[in-house]
Amino acid sequence: MVAAKTIKSLVNKAELPDNIKEELYDKLIEYNKKYKLKKAEIEAIIEETVKEYKKALIEPGEAIGTVAAQSIGEPSTQMTLNTFHYAGVAEINVTLGLPRIIEIVDARKNPSTPIMTVYLDEKHRHDREKALEVARRIEGTTLENLARETSIDILNYEFVVEIDPERLQKSGLDMERIQKKLEGSFKSAEFEVDGYTLIMRPKKTGKLSDLRRLAEKVKKHRLKGLSGVGKTIIRKEGDEYVIYTEGSNFKQVLKVPGVDPTRTRTNNIWEIADVLGIEAARNAIIEEIVNTMREQGLEVDVRHIMLVADMMTLDGVILPIGRHGIVGEKASVLARAAFEITTQHLFEAAERGETDPLNGVVENVLIGQPVPVGTGIVKLAMSLPLRPKRE
Amino acid sequence: MATKKEFNVFAHELVPEHRVLSEEERETLLRKYRIKISQLPQIKASDPAVVALDAKPGDVIEIKRKSPTAGYYYYYRLVVED
Repeated sequence: MVAAKTIKSLVNKAELPDNIKEELYDKLIEYNKKYKLKKAEIEAIIEETVKEYKKALIEPGEAIGTVAAQSIGEPSTQMTLNTFHYAGVAEINVTLGLPRIIEIVDARKNPSTPIMTVYLDEKHRHDREKALEVARRIEGTTLENLARETSIDILNYEFVVEIDPERLQKSGLDMERIQKKLEGSFKSAEFEVDGYTLIMRPKKTGKLSDLRRLAEKVKKHRLKGLSGVGKTIIRKEGDEYVIYTEGSNFKQVLKVPGVDPTRTRTNNIWEIADVLGIEAARNAIIEEIVNTMREQGLEVDVRHIMLVADMMTLDGVILPIGRHGIVGEKASVLARAAFEITTQHLFEAAERGETDPLNGVVENVLIGQPVPVGTGIVKLAMSLPLRPKRE
Repeated sequence: MATKKEFNVFAHELVPEHRVLSEEERETLLRKYRIKISQLPQIKASDPAVVALDAKPGDVIEIKRKSPTAGYYYYYRLVVED
């Protein structure tokens, strides 16, 4: 029987990452209790663990980028080409499959279907009514959303909106608030409320087209909620209510009372980078790719996806994979020229007088030299005696 | 950054721990990997995490990343001006 302290110091001496050390220590303590190990046995176990760990490491010179590209590329061929799906979330449209992967990897500023997953704080998360209250604060509502009918009265030079009382109640607004809000935003017109009818009267009578233009603006004016956010949907997940939104405004949503700012997220990677930083964006890229793959029933080892995300965030900004991003940043002219728009790269390099030290893989493949990958990464030098010795 | 953030970025689950390295630690790091400081991955000085730490360009940030395969590991980024 060996004391726990000795095991601890032996484990700590081993060349292993901390989490493996912890696991190893726990296991050793457990087995030590069961089998009363000797010190030599424990040392042997640790030694074996270190050996196995080192065996599992990637060797220097392994072409991990190529392996990652193949490992993500192959399953991608099996994904649906169908862009739209109503996956999981009822009524909200989500881009899935290959188009979504391309969107992430291309680092598009605006995904085609931005969606936020809004988690709620302790007070609001368990009650549907309270969740609805938060959802109302987030959901963007325009006059158009509330209107049953809109018409332009040519004779009186007015714009008349019939409000649907049911929708009005659901949105949590009232006529008075709408009137105030509109009056604050549109100084060039007067607003009159009569029951559920709203009448807009421009202060100056002008052309009919001016009225039409103003009416259009009033209709689209946001009365409440966050800009960029449309419909919201509340869903029960486990024992809490979660709000899904169509459209995304990550920065603002975190400030909304009732929202849990530590878990809420968006599928717009750029917004995450702006609000939470590049490291969060890296995590978001990994998560989005893994989720998209899983949703399609495909599994790719995270290590490949982690490599992609690391490369995309290497410079502190999100770079797309392609000629505008990672490939375009390559140091070697020949590597860039070998990818896309060959002549332009060669011309520009010639103009700048660039030299290519031929350190990379692509450029060496191109000119037919041994490639610095795997065993090619090692160079062998032998010192021969200059002159054979005379006996 | 026009408006001051009301919440702590590090509270969000997507954000790993960040820490500014001291001068000595920076030298040890460079010696350990035998690299020049310019060879480190970068992070912008305007990055919300850098702003929260009040780090200046030239500082090295140590990031304690959670990894599904290795528990956690450290990653380093050099703060650069944008």
